[in-house]
Amino acid sequence: MTDWRPGANHAIQRQRAALLADLRGYFAHHHVMEVETPLLCRTGVTDPALENFEVPCGKATRFLQTSPEYAMKRLLAAGSGDIFQICKAFRQEEQGVRHNPEYTLLEWYRLDIDHYQLAREVGELVAAVLERPGWQVWSWQGVFQEVLGVGAHCASREDLEELALGKLGEIPLGLDRDGLLDLLMSHCVEPGISDWGIVFIVDYPPSQAALARQVLDAAGELHGARFECYVDGTEVANGYWECSDASELRARFAADNRLRRARGQPERIADEYLLEALTAGLPPCAGVALGVDRLLALKTGAQDLDAILSFGWSRS
Amino acid sequence: MANFSTNEFKSGLKVMLDGEPCSILENEFVKPGKGQAFNRVKLRNLRSGRVWDRTFKSGDSLEGADVLDVELEYSYTDGEFFYFMDPVSYDQHAAGADAVGDTQKWLREQEKYEVTLYNGAPITVSPPNFIELEITETDPGLKGDTAQGGSKPATLTTGAVVRVPLFISQGESIRIDTRTGEYVSRASKS
Repeated sequence: MTDWRPGANHAIQRQRAALLADLRGYFAHHHVMEVETPLLCRTGVTDPALENFEVPCGKATRFLQTSPEYAMKRLLAAGSGDIFQICKAFRQEEQGVRHNPEYTLLEWYRLDIDHYQLAREVGELVAAVLERPGWQVWSWQGVFQEVLGVGAHCASREDLEELALGKLGEIPLGLDRDGLLDLLMSHCVEPGISDWGIVFIVDYPPSQAALARQVLDAAGELHGARFECYVDGTEVANGYWECSDASELRARFAADNRLRRARGQPERIADEYLLEALTAGLPPCAGVALGVDRLLALKTGAQDLDAILSFGWSRS
Repeated sequence: MANFSTNEFKSGLKVMLDGEPCSILENEFVKPGKGQAFNRVKLRNLRSGRVWDRTFKSGDSLEGADVLDVELEYSYTDGEFFYFMDPVSYDQHAAGADAVGDTQKWLREQEKYEVTLYNGAPITVSPPNFIELEITETDPGLKGDTAQGGSKPATLTTGAVVRVPLFISQGESIRIDTRTGEYVSRASKS
């Protein structure tokens, strides 16, 4: 409680400074412009799996941003071209050896590419930073099949519950189908790919598209055009081929709020600035958010983010 | 009792799970990128001592358990219950054989024990790390056999049997490590 000193030693502090300089150098070299957007905004996020910190501002409430995504999309709609940002993001109640409620995010957007092309750029960057030979790409369906031996995308809620009970012995009550998929992902698939090096999981179930567009593959199957990048079983980045349809996003935000209501969580007002910007026209683009603290932890071999952060949650 | 949410779970917190009082040992937060977050929690069932691994949805909560650790003096047994006394208030607590468990082997009158009270009643009794007890029965010591080498069984006043060196005789008090159940030395004379 009274230890005033930093959790990260000098060597790690220097490595952070070098990593930030390298990242900025990479984007400068590729003509991606650095931008800054506000962290304290009028609206939060509707995603039921995320909670903003709320900050009283006079009679109103403002929300510390869980990512700079919405504001960066407004810049894109206003014609910024390729952009990146390194900033703090805030997520309430997310704390553990791989989570700090306040953390450093690298987020960037590239025009006129899809999520596969962006995953390749993330692969090159992450492999270079971590000095790894390369990366693997798996479809979401393929990695579930490989690790769990089931075709999860067409499995019913009941089948998934039985599978999770069989694998884990005991599971929380009241999980819906996506909740069960998340449970299997975090408790079986992630540990199962922990010795696979850098792994991209692409093409999520449409119910887990988040802010990605939904696309039909050659077999006529609908996917969320999204990827996650894992290194040694730890998630480091999440990317989308961005959905630019304002009415589609408005419908997803409303669905999020219905789920929030059903779960007894506070509802969140949709960000009208974002929806207006999308109505005005978001250029076709793909975007990704990468956890810089986790990347540094992987680079230095630290097991706990507390050793990576100057002052982690318990010291700040 | 108050309810505790998963983000308040920390080592040592006492909560109710499946109707049993438990102590939280570890709490790990996991989240698959986007989507539902979970807490993987290790808990010790305070009644049985068993360790449970449970997964909770983040934000779920458990009721706090009315559990208190107190230091009490052992008084006596009536054959069914073991009576412990609070040395300050002189309150007496009756513990059943379930609660006393293996500690029964190390019970000595006026000795202090750590007793866990659940809803005011003892559920576990832990002995001090070292305890001195008298030997009621053992084979006679062999002349000249004073140091290392052989050992023999000795029965204590509590009925417990421990291995002691051959030079220890009946009627002597010995010091025992209750964590291993092993002889340490002759008792310090008091």
